[in-house]
Amino acid sequence: MLIMGVFTLYFLIPIWWLLVSSTKTQGEFTTTAPLIFTADAIPTFINNIGGLFAYNDNVFVKWILNSVLYAGAGALIGTVIAAMCGYALAKYGFRGREALFNVVLSGVLVPATALALPLFLIFSQVGLTNTFWAVFLPSIVSPFGVYLARIYASSSVPDELLEAARLDGSSEVRTFFAVATRLMAPALVTIFLFQFVAIWNNFFLPLIMLRDSSLFPVTLGLYSWNSSIGQNPELRSFVVIGAFVSIVPLIIAFLSLQRFWSGGLAAGSIK
Amino acid sequence: MQRKFRMAAMSAAVVSALALAGCTAATTEPAAGGCEPSDGPVNLTYTAWWPGAEEVVALWNEQNPDIQVEFQTGPSGNAGTYQNFFNQITAGNAPDLGQIEYDALPNFRVQDGLENIAACGDILAAGDQFVDWTWSQTTFGEADAVYAIPQDSGPIAMYYRADLFEAAGIPVPTTWDEYAAAAAQIKALGSFITNFPKTDVNWFAGMVWQNGGQWFTNNGADWSVDLTSEKSLEVADYWQGLLDRQEVSTLASFSDEWNASFNTGQQWTWISAVWGAGTIRSGAPDTSGKWAVALMPQWNAGDNAAGNWGGSSTAVLKGSKHPFEAAQFALWLNTDPAALELANELGGLYPASKDGANLPVFLAEQEFYGGQKIYEVFAEASAQVIPDFVWGPSMTQTYTDVSDGFGAVIGGSGTLADALATGTEKTIAALTALSIPVAQ
Repeated sequence: MLIMGVFTLYFLIPIWWLLVSSTKTQGEFTTTAPLIFTADAIPTFINNIGGLFAYNDNVFVKWILNSVLYAGAGALIGTVIAAMCGYALAKYGFRGREALFNVVLSGVLVPATALALPLFLIFSQVGLTNTFWAVFLPSIVSPFGVYLARIYASSSVPDELLEAARLDGSSEVRTFFAVATRLMAPALVTIFLFQFVAIWNNFFLPLIMLRDSSLFPVTLGLYSWNSSIGQNPELRSFVVIGAFVSIVPLIIAFLSLQRFWSGGLAAGSIK
Repeated sequence: MQRKFRMAAMSAAVVSALALAGCTAATTEPAAGGCEPSDGPVNLTYTAWWPGAEEVVALWNEQNPDIQVEFQTGPSGNAGTYQNFFNQITAGNAPDLGQIEYDALPNFRVQDGLENIAACGDILAAGDQFVDWTWSQTTFGEADAVYAIPQDSGPIAMYYRADLFEAAGIPVPTTWDEYAAAAAQIKALGSFITNFPKTDVNWFAGMVWQNGGQWFTNNGADWSVDLTSEKSLEVADYWQGLLDRQEVSTLASFSDEWNASFNTGQQWTWISAVWGAGTIRSGAPDTSGKWAVALMPQWNAGDNAAGNWGGSSTAVLKGSKHPFEAAQFALWLNTDPAALELANELGGLYPASKDGANLPVFLAEQEFYGGQKIYEVFAEASAQVIPDFVWGPSMTQTYTDVSDGFGAVIGGSGTLADALATGTEKTIAALTALSIPVAQ
């Protein structure tokens, strides 16, 4: 219990610091205690947020919306693809099934960072760098999602049920969407969340692919601000407040999907 | 999280730099030629990260309907944009123009990433308009060659707390000997004369630069690397002395603690570049009106030498389809009075253009600096910067290695001179690994 308390504190202090810092003016960073609110925290916070959103023609709002689009749409499509793929691997016998599954699984071991440069060269060939697709297309692939979907489908979708659906005349596609996805829901939520977080935090791929700041996700935008603090000190407070704002959607996504999530995660582990 | 990003970015950058550099060495090119204007309207792309670039580009676009420039941005050079340039040059889709700092230019030159724009109209003749040392940085001293147009520079002077020096009755130092003497007196008063920036190796290079030292030489075929020349060691020993006597602090530069230290009067001087004026103003607001600026302390009384810290150029990257128009834009960007004024207002750039230093904004009295016309001092310093300092072709790596050594010194092991010796060894190893010829 004590150990847990210590670790909780350890993980929460940076977030607490971020929250407190985002309620300070630039001058107060250096002159006030780092983990304690100042007297006029709330008006300063509102002021900071207003300044952040208005800076440079609302570019930060644009970045947040980009991130929501990359992560939201990417995770949604990624989940559908992973679910179909995992379901097919679990429920259909075909030649090379295990080989295919192992190839997909080995994809889990390759870090996304290592793939960024080859992807850049490929996208350059087809002239798609510095576009929305350059970040979006690689984001909808999730080998881990396929793995989880397969494990979950084989344990929670009974063959008898599929057999019954077929006898009733349901097509394979309809069976998948009407029957299987319902049963796989907890796993799908897990895959969605994982993928959402992975895309939201993805940094290296956009760094390499994008040059047009109106396409940046919020991670890359904050990083480029942070890298020019030396030249442009007013950005320091925007980076801190921006970092705080950028974790809010993640927190919302986690809290609202949490009850589905824990069930799904365990399902993969017992198999 | 930021740290992780940076580590990932850096390790990938190193890997791909190795892959991309392959066997390229300084290639000799035919003398510039074949730079003709394009027919019809032209669209260019320009990638930079200095604040305000977008607005200045908009000004050009307004005045030049036939040469439209699209502005693109990213993190600062060493934080990722340089690596992106190299990737894009390999893939053949680099922007026409890019911001490149002086210390990164040799890297791009060695890897054949720059267009020679000497023959693009009257670019070669434009050299007279720029401070000599900046022009020699962008031409590498080659005949009939111009690889970039100088943009801004960072001549070094000494910011000091005029009020504290006066109250304590300590004369403002004009030589490094006097500076060391003042350091001891200030320590006795419980403050520091300055902070030793262990991670700003380019600052340290600026100190060596002022002393007439060189870290790199290039005879046209081979590079020589020697971070431990007599002049360089003189600087290292000097700062080692201040560190040993604990007369300088060792805070992380530009950190909150560092700002606070300036804001509360713990720091009496900062030997820094012209762009540092804004850094103090925003980091130490409580000290407004108390600062002043003087020329750098000298190694010998009566000398007039200055170093430089920072500054960028505008380069036309390899593969640009419209080098002529790109060169015209680069020249306008860095000489046009309206452009320079806007760049200073929005980005705090101190122009490399000689006329640029006489813009009205640089003649004004600065309230934060007790009403002093500080840019007059920097103009003087700029003219005193030693013109032939040479950067090496792998400065990012050199900085990292020397900075690791400096960090160890602060932690109590080794000396600055040791760190420079290690830096020399590692740099030679890195250049050899990149197949860049090194004279032993």
